[in-house]
Amino acid sequence: MSVADALVDAADADGIDFDGLTVAAGDDGYQFRTPDTDAVLTAADLREHADSPYVTNWYYWEHDIGGHDTPRRAFLRWLEGGDDRPVPERYDALDSGHTRHWGELAVTVTHGDAAGSRRYDVRHADDVDADTDTLATYTDPRDARELVKHDDDDGYRPLSTAPSLPHGWAFTDLDGGALVDTIDYVYPATVANWHREREGSLDVDHWADVADRQTGIYGIVSDLDEDALEWAAEACCVDSQCLKRREWDRDEDDALDVPRGDGEFPCREPCSLFVAAARKFTTLEREDTREYTFELTPAEKEQIEDIIGAVADDRTDDIREADVYEGANRYRTRFLRAKRMDDHGLSGTPTYPEDHDDDGDDGDHH
Amino acid sequence: MQALVIVGHGSHLNPGSSEPAYTHADTIRESGAFDEVREAFWKEEPSFRNVLRTLESDEVYVVPLFISEGYFTEQVIPRELRLDDFDPDDWDSDGTDADHVTLEADDVEKTIHYCGPVGTHDSMSEVIVQRASSVTGREEFGDDFGLAVVGHGTERNENSAKAIYYHADQIREMGVFGEVQAVFMDEDPEVDDVTDFFDTADIVVVPLFVSDGFHTQEDIPEDMGLTDDYRTGYDIPTAVDGHDIWYSGAVGTEPLAADVVLERAADAGAPVGDAVDAVREQTRGANAAAGD
Repeated sequence: MSVADALVDAADADGIDFDGLTVAAGDDGYQFRTPDTDAVLTAADLREHADSPYVTNWYYWEHDIGGHDTPRRAFLRWLEGGDDRPVPERYDALDSGHTRHWGELAVTVTHGDAAGSRRYDVRHADDVDADTDTLATYTDPRDARELVKHDDDDGYRPLSTAPSLPHGWAFTDLDGGALVDTIDYVYPATVANWHREREGSLDVDHWADVADRQTGIYGIVSDLDEDALEWAAEACCVDSQCLKRREWDRDEDDALDVPRGDGEFPCREPCSLFVAAARKFTTLEREDTREYTFELTPAEKEQIEDIIGAVADDRTDDIREADVYEGANRYRTRFLRAKRMDDHGLSGTPTYPEDHDDDGDDGDHH
Repeated sequence: MQALVIVGHGSHLNPGSSEPAYTHADTIRESGAFDEVREAFWKEEPSFRNVLRTLESDEVYVVPLFISEGYFTEQVIPRELRLDDFDPDDWDSDGTDADHVTLEADDVEKTIHYCGPVGTHDSMSEVIVQRASSVTGREEFGDDFGLAVVGHGTERNENSAKAIYYHADQIREMGVFGEVQAVFMDEDPEVDDVTDFFDTADIVVVPLFVSDGFHTQEDIPEDMGLTDDYRTGYDIPTAVDGHDIWYSGAVGTEPLAADVVLERAADAGAPVGDAVDAVREQTRGANAAAGD
C-alpha cells in the first residue's frame, strides 16, 4: 500500500495522532496538522502531503514496524530518540546517520530508499568510524551467533555480555526486524528486559531466591555467606567483566555494596555462569584457614600481588616479554618459581603438612 | 503468532555444544512453519529464564533437545521456564512416553506447549539409522552390519538407559541391521567391550548424544580402542578385534534430527502444515559426508 493510500485510509478510519502529526476526517475535508502546518484538505490535497516527513515517519512506524508495546518497537524508537525528538530533527540526524551504543555495539540508523524507511548498521563501537569496506560485512542476523562466540584471541565467550566482543565486522543494510534479531543474538534478551525495566515491570530475582531454587550439584550455593557473595559479585558482575547493570541483590532488603555498573540494560537475576562460579566459591569457602610460615623478600611479596592483579585484570598478555620491571613478567615469575617453589610448593611448605612424613612423600589432596 | 523454542543444555566451556540447536532451528526457520524460532540454553543465552519474554507469539511450543526424560525435562526446564503447574505425572510416561502438556508460564501471558525430549520420540530411531547411513555412505546394511547405540548410562537416572534400549529395540524390529545392541559408557554392557557383543564383521556405533563434546569425541573413541589418543584422530572405519568399527559421533548433529524437533511440536498441536515432509526431504541424506 502506498503512503498516500495508507494516509487516506487511516484518516477515514480512526484518524492519526502520531509524533506531531494529526489527521482527522471532518465534514469540510481532512484536518491536517503538524507543528508547521494546519490546513483543511480535500482527499486529493491530502495525498499530496504523503511525502511530508511527519507522514512518512508515521507510515514507517505504523506500517513497517507495527508491534505496539513490543520491546522491538520500543528499542527501535529509542535508537533514534523517537519519544523525545521532533520528526524534522530526527530526519536531519538520519541524513548523516544517527548512532547509539548498546553494550559494545554501535547501531547507526539512516534513511532507507523507500519514503520514511530506515536502515540499520551494527558493529563493534570501536569500529564505528571504520570504512565498511575494511570490515567483514553480513546481512543475515543468524551469522551473529557464530561471530560473537569467540573473542579477538579466539577465546570462547560463554557470557554474551562480557566486554570482549570481537572486532572487524558489520551487519549492514538491515531492516528494523533484522536489526533487533541481530541484537538478540549478540546480547540475548537484553532488549526484552530493558523494555520491562522502562515499563516498570522488570521482575528482579534476588540471590536468595535464585540460590534457593537450585537443585542437583548447584543446591549448595545457598551456603555462600554474605562476605563471599560480595566478593563473588565483585569478581564476576562489575563493568569490567559484564556489561549488564546488576539489579539483583542478596534479597530485596539487603543490597550488595558492589557497584551495579553503568550498563544500558539490566541484569535481572544471577546468570548460570555466576551460579556455576558460586558453586565453586561455596566449596572453596568451606575450607578453614591455616597458618603457613615461609619467607619472602618485600619485592617477592609485591610480586605475588602483581601476579594476582595481572591475572584478575586479564593483563598477562599485555606484559612484554622483556619487561622484567613488571612483577607478573614471565621471566620474573619463572625466577620466583625457581627460587621459592619445590615439590612441596611455595617455600617448600606443604599445603597439608600432616600428609607429609619426613622423607617428603606427597599426600593426595588433588 | 506461534513460536518454537528449542531448549538445549549448552556449555560454559565447549563452544560446539549449542551447534545442533542452532542448526536444527535454522532448518525449521527455513520451513516457515513458525513465526518465530528461538534457541535457549541452560548454560548459554538466552537462558531458559529469559527466553519466553523475547517472543512476540502467544502460542509457544517448547521442545527439549535432550536425550532422555529425567532431571532436566522434569525439573530444571519447567522450573526455569516458570511452568509452575507442571507435574511430571501429567506426561503419564514410564520413561520414554512423554508427549506434551499445555501450561501457562508465570512471567508472560502466553500458552506454553511443553513437549517431551527429542531423544525419546519414535522418529529418533530413524535418525539413528540415518546417522549410520551418513557415516558409512550406505543406503542399506544387511546381515553383515551391526549397530551399537551408545548411551551415557547413569545410575542416577534410569530413564537414561531406557531411551537407549527403546531405540535399539525399535531398530532391531526394523530389520535393517544383522544385530542391534545397546551399550553404555557408565554401566554394563560397556562400550569398551563393544566388539564382544557382535558377530557381524562391521559395527556402526552411534552415540545417542545431542552434541559432540568430551564424551563423544574423546572418551568413546578411546574406550573402544579406535585410538590411544583422540587428538591423533582415527580412521572410519577402524579395525578393532577383527571388526570394522564405523563411529558416527553424536546423533544429535544429524540434520534429520530437525525433523524430530518439528514432529514433537506437531504432536503437541502446532499447525506446521507440510513442513514435516519438507524438512524430512531436505535433511534425509543431507550429511552423507559426516564421517570426515
